[in-house]
Amino acid sequence: MAEAEAKKTESQSRPALEVAPGPHVHHGALTTRRMMLDVIIALAPVLLVSVAVFRLYALKQIVLCVACCVAAEAVFDLMRHRRPKIDNLSAVVTGLILALSLPGTAPWYVAVVGSAAGIGLGKVVFGGLGHNIFNPAMVGRAFVMICFASAMGATAYQDETSAVHAVTQATPLTQLEQTGETTELWRLFVGNTNGSLGETSALACLLGGLYLLIRRSAAWQIPAGVLLATGALAVVQNAMNPGADWTAAHHLLGGALLFGAFYIATDPVSSPLTPMGRFIFGLGIGALVMLLRVFGGYPEGVMFAVLLMNSVTPLINRWTIPRPVGGPVERKT
Amino acid sequence: MTMAPEEIPGKGTFERGVHPAGRKSYAADTPIEVLPTPDKVEVPLLQHTGKPAESVVKPRQEVALGELVGKASGFISASVHATVDGTTQAVSVATLPNARHVQTIPIKSGEQPLAGDALKQDHFGGDWPSSGLEQHDVQRIRDAAADAGIVGLGGAAFPTHVKLSPGEAKIDTLLVNGCECEPYLTSDYRLMLEFPAPVVTGALLAARACGADRIVVAIEDNKPRAADAVRRAAEGTGIEVVEVETRYPMGGERQLTVAVLDREVPTGGLPMHVGVVVLNVSTAAAVARAVLRGKPLTHRVVSVTGRGLKRPANVLAPVGASYASLIEHCGGLTDDAARVVAGGPMMGFAVGDTEAPLTKGIGGVTVLTRDDVRTAEETQCVRCGRCVDVCPLHLVPTKMALAARNKDWEQARRYYLTACCECGCCAYVCPAAIPLVQLMRAGKAEMPPE
Repeated sequence: MAEAEAKKTESQSRPALEVAPGPHVHHGALTTRRMMLDVIIALAPVLLVSVAVFRLYALKQIVLCVACCVAAEAVFDLMRHRRPKIDNLSAVVTGLILALSLPGTAPWYVAVVGSAAGIGLGKVVFGGLGHNIFNPAMVGRAFVMICFASAMGATAYQDETSAVHAVTQATPLTQLEQTGETTELWRLFVGNTNGSLGETSALACLLGGLYLLIRRSAAWQIPAGVLLATGALAVVQNAMNPGADWTAAHHLLGGALLFGAFYIATDPVSSPLTPMGRFIFGLGIGALVMLLRVFGGYPEGVMFAVLLMNSVTPLINRWTIPRPVGGPVERKT
Repeated sequence: MTMAPEEIPGKGTFERGVHPAGRKSYAADTPIEVLPTPDKVEVPLLQHTGKPAESVVKPRQEVALGELVGKASGFISASVHATVDGTTQAVSVATLPNARHVQTIPIKSGEQPLAGDALKQDHFGGDWPSSGLEQHDVQRIRDAAADAGIVGLGGAAFPTHVKLSPGEAKIDTLLVNGCECEPYLTSDYRLMLEFPAPVVTGALLAARACGADRIVVAIEDNKPRAADAVRRAAEGTGIEVVEVETRYPMGGERQLTVAVLDREVPTGGLPMHVGVVVLNVSTAAAVARAVLRGKPLTHRVVSVTGRGLKRPANVLAPVGASYASLIEHCGGLTDDAARVVAGGPMMGFAVGDTEAPLTKGIGGVTVLTRDDVRTAEETQCVRCGRCVDVCPLHLVPTKMALAARNKDWEQARRYYLTACCECGCCAYVCPAAIPLVQLMRAGKAEMPPE
């Protein structure tokens, strides 16, 4: 009797063992949330410069876009009877990138509609995070650009009556297109020019971009491809137009190129999977940006270049299946 | 620091892979001890790749340690032997940690003439000549390995006599694998450190059997003491000892062949197709014992380790001993023990029933605590490509795993699902905690032949 009792307590005191397939350990430190947090940290210098240059214009746009994106994510999740997954921070990232790609002068409804369209049409209709084909922030921006052309066009960036100095000027690329006047390189580098909120400072984009690459939360092949293609085509363009003041360096530092290369094009969901695919994707964006800048109707082309390359990402994935170590498996046809 | 000597063609490393925390310290400094003979062992008839062995004993038959109880049934099969002195019972069935149901021959232990330290000496002690081995006929070495029921002790448990009989293939190099790249495990390490002589002798014999002129022992550079021990034991034999980078899964034969010899084993092929035979260090020691002393493979060194054990140790245990007996010998489980893994934490199988028997291919029992195994909830793939960045075979795990989950076999084939070596690097890094390798393992089993 006592023996049976002892046996019983023994079996109860034994810890419950669980069974699960291996691997039984995980890297742990790396989560989707952490990757999104990295993007937010990397955006810090850009956010700081935009607030320093555009003051309340920037603050208003950033707060509005982030709040609307998070709210849109929550509402759409609830409509699909799912637990809102705003804790993965992806809506915050979309909101920040959308805000930083808008002109500070754009009225409040641009931010609201852009956020709703970015999250709704850009992400939720495809099935949510991980299923979207296009970069949600760029979908939102393209949507408001078509809906509110006058609020988003080149001239809308400028408000001569504004108390904020940067806003009283034309953007560097508009100035170039309309008057042929060139902005000094150091101003493009530091960022005290007019433009979309996040694009003006090359320095801030490079700093944040460097952080993303070191943390490996963005693939280096994408910005490398973008800068290489844009730089190479810009050199060719300069060679064909000797004497032009807008040099290859201006092309690289000006406009949304660096912001796009480091923060927009590197969105993992809408970019290819393999190192080679990512490089091709980057090259494509860089080449399209130059084509749109030189031949397009708009002064800038980063948004369209990213969206166009997003649409061919599945094809790039299929073309760049890596050769396995040991060679491909023989297939019966 | 990787010390790839000039002489080896490989770079001493391979591309990609991961660096999981080593956690070798639990058992690395405990000398090999002998498991007290359990009251009963259950010897599985199938504990190797290939066909099961056929029982050659009747119930209630007296058997002696090392006596044949199951005979290999074909070329790719392996014999099994009594691992204790005792009396057989009726054939039974056990479920191994890898979920295979196998027939077993239970043996109730009787008087043990050989136990304790004498057993350890019988296994690894004494004199192991490293010269004059030419007297052993090539075919006799192969037959001795087959008769001894030797299989790959690194985990895959592929019958060793098959590797030693390359047939038409011309073998030039024998790679002796002392990497032990799985975290926690230290059984090969202890063997190399304490008894390098049988490893060297076994390597020389195996090279003779497969016709290799060159012998390279590869050891990860986190085990310099083991490398020194083997180097000293191998002096004057022509065996090269190289230290390769500590990088998981270096011990995989495809990775090791690239790291040491810069040769890629063809997908779907074997190392022998590029002139290489890869043998684990413990397997080499078993070959030496079989050829020189005529002793079958009845015991193996197992590291019973991890934070979930009260007293981690390296144990020389009879095949067929229960996992429970190993755990009990090592002081039992701690209160926060959560998972008992047969093998290491990367590729091992969780043990559901600790009464299951130990098999030849299991080099360790890793007991993980609740903290060790804590995993996040699975979320959507964001196509970050981390799995691509770590796959040592340069595959695209996320595409293959999701194709396997959706049973999209066309897509799975396009991404070479069958090439996957199931090392688990992809699932180890996945930020979305997707069970990538688990899905691929299931997919490989489920995918209809083309």
